[in-house]
Amino acid sequence: MRQPHAVLEGVTRVYPGTGDRPPLRALGPIDLTLAHGEFFAVVGPSGCGKSTLLELVAGLQTPTDGRVVFEGTPVRGQVPDGVGVVFQQDASFPWATVHDNVAFGLRQRGTPAVEVARRVQSALSLMGLAGFASAYPAQLSGGMRQRMCIARTLVLEPRLILLDEPFGALDQQTRLLMGDELLKLWRTTGATVLLITHALDEAAVLADRIGVMSARPGRLLDVIETHWPKDRDSRLLERPELAGITARLWAHLRRESMAALAPGGATP
Amino acid sequence: MSRAGWIRLGAIGALVAAVEALCRAGIVSPLRLLPPSAMVLGLGPLLTSATMLAQVARTLADVGIALALAVMVGFVVGAVLSALPRVRAVVEPLLVSYYAVPVFVFYPFFIVVLGLNRYPRIAIGFLLAVVAMIVSTLNGFDRVPPVLLKTARVLRLSRVETVRRVILPHAVLYVSTGLKLAVAYAFIGVIAAEFIMSGDGIGYEIAFAFNNFDNRTLYPLILLVLLVSSSLTLALHAWERRYVARQTTQEAR
Repeated sequence: MRQPHAVLEGVTRVYPGTGDRPPLRALGPIDLTLAHGEFFAVVGPSGCGKSTLLELVAGLQTPTDGRVVFEGTPVRGQVPDGVGVVFQQDASFPWATVHDNVAFGLRQRGTPAVEVARRVQSALSLMGLAGFASAYPAQLSGGMRQRMCIARTLVLEPRLILLDEPFGALDQQTRLLMGDELLKLWRTTGATVLLITHALDEAAVLADRIGVMSARPGRLLDVIETHWPKDRDSRLLERPELAGITARLWAHLRRESMAALAPGGATP
Repeated sequence: MSRAGWIRLGAIGALVAAVEALCRAGIVSPLRLLPPSAMVLGLGPLLTSATMLAQVARTLADVGIALALAVMVGFVVGAVLSALPRVRAVVEPLLVSYYAVPVFVFYPFFIVVLGLNRYPRIAIGFLLAVVAMIVSTLNGFDRVPPVLLKTARVLRLSRVETVRRVILPHAVLYVSTGLKLAVAYAFIGVIAAEFIMSGDGIGYEIAFAFNNFDNRTLYPLILLVLLVSSSLTLALHAWERRYVARQTTQEAR
């Protein structure tokens, strides 16, 4: 196995109870090691704590038990340098142009203007937004806004990219193409990717390894290796092995999703 | 202009023409109402009279001061209230029911305290306008989506930077709604206060002409107030369409 990049050790998240509501165990314990430069996808039934897992790795939440280690340093209370996050919801800043949205993080770091212009330009062309630099987010489609948010993450050259159902709001064709874009980015940047998704085929095509989570409290039931070549794209949909992977994912998820939906079971 | 726009313009034109016809035919006495054409002609002498222009300038200045104060104070109070949820819980019901209070009942009190000068009028204009600003500012702060605050943390912004670079710019998008209301309220407050009791301003001139049965001054003055306030509102709309609307999504408006 390659060098570990991010490590989760017995990570557990319990939301404290309020008033007469008992504490809620949302997640864990989870042990997981993400290798440098790997593409790891997480699938699981709704409400199993997938997004909580991502926020714990990002440092947006703090584990109740256990710890997250990124590049050898424990993550505590703030997002470490080198981690980029793309959310499912539209996270564009509506008052700023596409260019200023993407430049935001670089300017925040005090990057020289010439360098900002160059890097924003290249991130925008990579995401197919070169002609929209002076547009405002409200003038873009949902898919373009999400591409802009990916460009905003990318431009900071994160070493670990966390994506929380980034294509959840997009139609099937757009998400396949966006998946291809994501694979291209992953190959060119060499970053480690953690992708949360509810789409089994998306996980099966994109990832090197896929973690399957149980119904709440979410734990890792299985980790499936896909053995795809690094130079891959959505044309993998033609490959017969894909059915085997999605079938194995579904075998786990069917049981867990039914458990999650059952009366008295975990609620989303 | 859209079809609806032309129809609207036509309807207004027809109404004015009807009033003109009624006046010309002697059905409405000129002692009651001046024909619209005479109102327009009456604007000429008003706008060339230095004393009248000074009154207009005085009123506009008072409206401007009331408005500027309302915008600044309203934004700051809105921002502070949104940061202090407990205080807000106490104050918010008062804000919501505020416009049920006829602020003008306090006018005599302001005259007693501040004197018979411009300040009681500015106070009335300010009091009418400020709450619209507070409410729209609160609304702007309330509607900052949680995902933007998470993004701020991912971009490693400090607390102060988050307020300055994410929360404030988002709130400002909503301020234009309060600003439009505040302009209207400041106008109403100042001119009505001049009308009720004062020694200068357009409202005073209207009251003076009214008390002296001077229709030839009264109606052109009313027309003048209409022209000034509607052109200001139109300018504000144009500004909003150009700079604000493109930044707010349909859902946010």
